[in-house]
Amino acid sequence: MTATATASATTTFAPADTRMASLRAIYIIWYRDILRYWRDRWRLVASLAQPLLFLIVFGSGLGSALGRGTVFGAAGGFSYIQFVFPGIVGMAILFSAIFGAMSIVWDREFGFLKEVLVAPIDRSAVAIGKALGSTTQAMIQGLILLVLAPLVGVKLSFLTIAEVIPLAALLAFGLSSFGVALASMMKSLQGFQVVMNFLMMPMFFLSGALFPLTNLPGWMTVLTRLDPASYGIDPLRRVVLSDSGRPSALVERFGLTINGQVLPIPLEAGIVLAFGAVMLGIAVVMFQRRD
Amino acid sequence: MSRAEAVIQASGLVKRYGQVEAVRGIDLAVGHGEIFGFLGPNGAGKSTTISILCTLLTPSAGSAKVAGIDVVQDPARVRQRIGLVFQDPSLDDVLTGRENLEFHAWLYGVPTSERRKRIDEMLALLQLTDRARSQVRTYSGGMKRRLEIARGMLHQPQILFLDEPTLGLDPQTRQSIWTHLNELRDTKGITIFMTTHYMDEAEYCDRIAIIDRGKIVALGTPDELKAMVGGDVVTITSSKSDDAAAEIERLLGVTPVRDNGSLRMEVPDAKVFVPRLVRDLTAPVDTVTLRRPSLDDVFLKLTGHAIRDEEAGTKDQMRAMASRWMGRRR
Repeated sequence: MTATATASATTTFAPADTRMASLRAIYIIWYRDILRYWRDRWRLVASLAQPLLFLIVFGSGLGSALGRGTVFGAAGGFSYIQFVFPGIVGMAILFSAIFGAMSIVWDREFGFLKEVLVAPIDRSAVAIGKALGSTTQAMIQGLILLVLAPLVGVKLSFLTIAEVIPLAALLAFGLSSFGVALASMMKSLQGFQVVMNFLMMPMFFLSGALFPLTNLPGWMTVLTRLDPASYGIDPLRRVVLSDSGRPSALVERFGLTINGQVLPIPLEAGIVLAFGAVMLGIAVVMFQRRD
Repeated sequence: MSRAEAVIQASGLVKRYGQVEAVRGIDLAVGHGEIFGFLGPNGAGKSTTISILCTLLTPSAGSAKVAGIDVVQDPARVRQRIGLVFQDPSLDDVLTGRENLEFHAWLYGVPTSERRKRIDEMLALLQLTDRARSQVRTYSGGMKRRLEIARGMLHQPQILFLDEPTLGLDPQTRQSIWTHLNELRDTKGITIFMTTHYMDEAEYCDRIAIIDRGKIVALGTPDELKAMVGGDVVTITSSKSDDAAAEIERLLGVTPVRDNGSLRMEVPDAKVFVPRLVRDLTAPVDTVTLRRPSLDDVFLKLTGHAIRDEEAGTKDQMRAMASRWMGRRR
């Protein structure tokens, strides 16, 4: 057989197929993540343990300390456990999104990434596929926690759940893209601990998941407004608590403010989307560099 | 071989890392359907060269064409035409064997209508059909290697590149990998380019390039290379070794070297020499040992140092550590 005969038997791409090839690559990278997520059911259970612990310990422990005389003590208002519940949903999303996206670093360390990077595909597909895979996982992790709503006395209608889903997806997307961008800059597992301690934990604590972002010291107010997770968790809370039958002013009281103005939910959603898009852009550029 | 026939062709390849020259001017041409081996110790520049040919690294100087396509100018088209088996494992071990192959077929745009057929064929060829639905983490080292070879062949490449494909495998498994590679060459008509630091493996190749310190020091068939040593090594012992030595020198025209009470001589062809020796000598010959020169002898002669295996030992250990880590992680 001559070399030309073999060449014609080989699959070749016409330039018009490139876009299709990229979409196909994004799909298969996303699909692999979902397959792994589904196969690793223990991880699914284990990753729900932490938010559950937070909900029980913070919700009950801190809840009883934050009684009369606080924002949670008023008759007919929200208890602390009700307040913290959407925050814990946000926390589950935050952690699974960043961890999920950063599994790229594991893939790099243990070789699989090489198989993807040498394939004749546009490398931006790797970043996008991974971000979407991790978005899907994080969203599911967050939404699963909603089944606990009746236990903490939070009512949820189907309509509310339908509103929560896109907001959860948006938060998951923003943070997954952030995770992929971080992972694209990390060459080994060593930076992982640093990211965990100096980025994820502060992002979580400052996001308003555990306490209302009102009446804080000035420096802290600034930091909480710089935290992209704040803009994702606040709309989650306002929507989740909207079915409680209590006056909406009570819900709005927790709302994220800038200069005393409560931010409208679409604006917050826009901020999270823009953050995710910028991070994904950075990740794409980083991946397209040839080592 | 004429240049037109060559499926891999490199001229003047150089790769510098800062001040260090890992590859210092490599020229080679590999013909269609050949099994070509790149032999040398760790750090000789084998992996760097194969990475340049596979478009994973860009050369600092020189040029290379693979399947007739320039590796620097059009890496994507080169990648479509080559299959790769890396030195380090690159499978997803949470997925099954079949899923790993499906993933690859998608990435390389294997048409949907062909996908299943090709996957089945490759699984059968590498004898993985009955384990295809098991997660890769349950596979042995040899099975993982076979799966990687199957994967590298899925998009029907013209050339299969393997970087140390048998590193860390036991001798029996290494043997079976070789059987599979030969079968692939024979049934699929592909060209195989591989690196190894195992001398005995290089013997399976049609041609070998011996590389040391970034340069090719010899290139040829295993027999041609062994002929460079100057023939076979014959060693005899005799109860009257002085008489024997004198007779050998007088009757056969060879000057034996005394070595620990025995007489050692290098002769062009032992097959012809030994019968004459036994027939002509009147001094008693107690034992005759003959040894064909090995590629180790060739390497020693050409470079003045032996291929050492200690470095590989450490590498294997690191590999084992990595897999323990993975086991714990998942």
